[in-house]
Amino acid sequence: MTTGVAIVGAAESDLGSTGRSILGLQTQAVTRALADAGLTLADVDGIATTGVGRFSATQLADHLGVVPTWTDSTFAGGSAFEMFVARATQAIRDGQCSTVVISFASNQRSARSRRLGGVFEPWVPEAQFEEPYDPLYPASYYAMAAQAYLHRYGGTREQLAEVAVAAREWALLNPAAFRHEAGSITAADVLDAPMVSSPLTVADCCLVTDGGGAVVLTSLERARDLRRTPVEVLGYGERTTNTSFTTVDDLAVPGAAGAGADAFARAGITVADVDVLEVYDSFTITAALSIEGLGFCGPGEVLDFIADGRIRPGGALPLNTNGGGLSYCHPGQYGVLLLVEAVRQLRGECGARQVPGAEIAVAHGTGGILSTHATVVLGASR
Amino acid sequence: MSTWIPGEVPPADEMTVAWWDATREHRLTVQACTACGHRQHPPRAVCTGCGDTAHLVQQAVSGAGTVNTYTVVHRPPRKDVETPYVVARVRLAEGPVLLTRLRSPDSGGEPTIGDPVTVGWVDLPDGRALPVFQPEEIR
Repeated sequence: MTTGVAIVGAAESDLGSTGRSILGLQTQAVTRALADAGLTLADVDGIATTGVGRFSATQLADHLGVVPTWTDSTFAGGSAFEMFVARATQAIRDGQCSTVVISFASNQRSARSRRLGGVFEPWVPEAQFEEPYDPLYPASYYAMAAQAYLHRYGGTREQLAEVAVAAREWALLNPAAFRHEAGSITAADVLDAPMVSSPLTVADCCLVTDGGGAVVLTSLERARDLRRTPVEVLGYGERTTNTSFTTVDDLAVPGAAGAGADAFARAGITVADVDVLEVYDSFTITAALSIEGLGFCGPGEVLDFIADGRIRPGGALPLNTNGGGLSYCHPGQYGVLLLVEAVRQLRGECGARQVPGAEIAVAHGTGGILSTHATVVLGASR
Repeated sequence: MSTWIPGEVPPADEMTVAWWDATREHRLTVQACTACGHRQHPPRAVCTGCGDTAHLVQQAVSGAGTVNTYTVVHRPPRKDVETPYVVARVRLAEGPVLLTRLRSPDSGGEPTIGDPVTVGWVDLPDGRALPVFQPEEIR
């Protein structure tokens, strides 16, 4: 099923350690994605972004000299961009705007702006009831989810490390990956890395890099006249479950399930139709819970499911084909780069890491502390 | 954890003042809705069970619970925090889940999910106190 809306341009900003500003990187991402689409800033009437400041879309629009008829700055961490695809699709179909740029960029590595404890406004309940105990935010939540999952199902840290091992194998095939030259890793390397918040070591945690990306959306009808093969938006879904460490009853149950089920139903597909899966791997456990929540395996099965190498290059379920947040790039709110890679795979542009004949790709973002979950189903339009 | 000095804790507001006042006397409470019986934490201006806004009270709880899940933190999120330490979700016998710290058992070593724990207190300079939990045997 098509929504009648397509992604027609996709690009990364500079990645890694850039020494550039947030808006400088944003501008790179936006202008490169527009150039990829054969469009210019003059065509843009919709802007969706976050991470610039309190008025993110407003600030980016001002900086680019655009007066949009539609904006969105929904703050939902790394899943915001999958939500933006849904919102932009609705806005384009409704006629409020015709050409939307969804973008993000961060200079968190250059600026050393990442804080282990997170940022809480003093008036939110977490500041009174959670922050005083010094959890790492978000790492300790994912760590507690991993602990609960391993305890419940009897899995091991070695099994969970496969997510990081596979991500590195993909990064070795992607010249843009931060760890492209770093060589393979083993499960033992992951377990032996310094512990951050047990059971997660540094190697279970995503990178901290600069970087960004952008995608351009317009109607499928208009997309057919543009230079790139359109990538159709087939479906989307989302769930927002919690902001507190204590709201969700059972941390071993993935919150991705509802988002994925809605997206797959809207697209009229099943997991068997998915050729490429791009899921937010803020931590190894994040990706594992997402695979399971999206329904690629049954409850409690994901660690056995991935043990056969199926998420590695050449495997049956190509996962995070750019190397993911674990080995490619993690600028904070990574979700936009899931979309960029999904689009490139469907357009067949991925060189050594290309999944042959990929026709359906799923991008699944996760934000906060397993707080927000958003799924987008994309299809090649040949 | 004896050397743990909590960071600054924001002041209570009208929703949370009764919870914090009870901590001054080392009494642990949860919010209960006398309309539907739902219990919740942290305190809110609405019952998430039934939507009622007029029947919310703080009720004393036993202070007993179990370790729901936990993590041993090895990197400090702020200056002057000694590592490692255990952050945990504790499910109170009465239902609600609290984020807290766990004191290590005398034997040392890590807790186990499902371990029974009881409340203890770390006093704050302003007279309030933070509930922490410990294995039942070091009570």
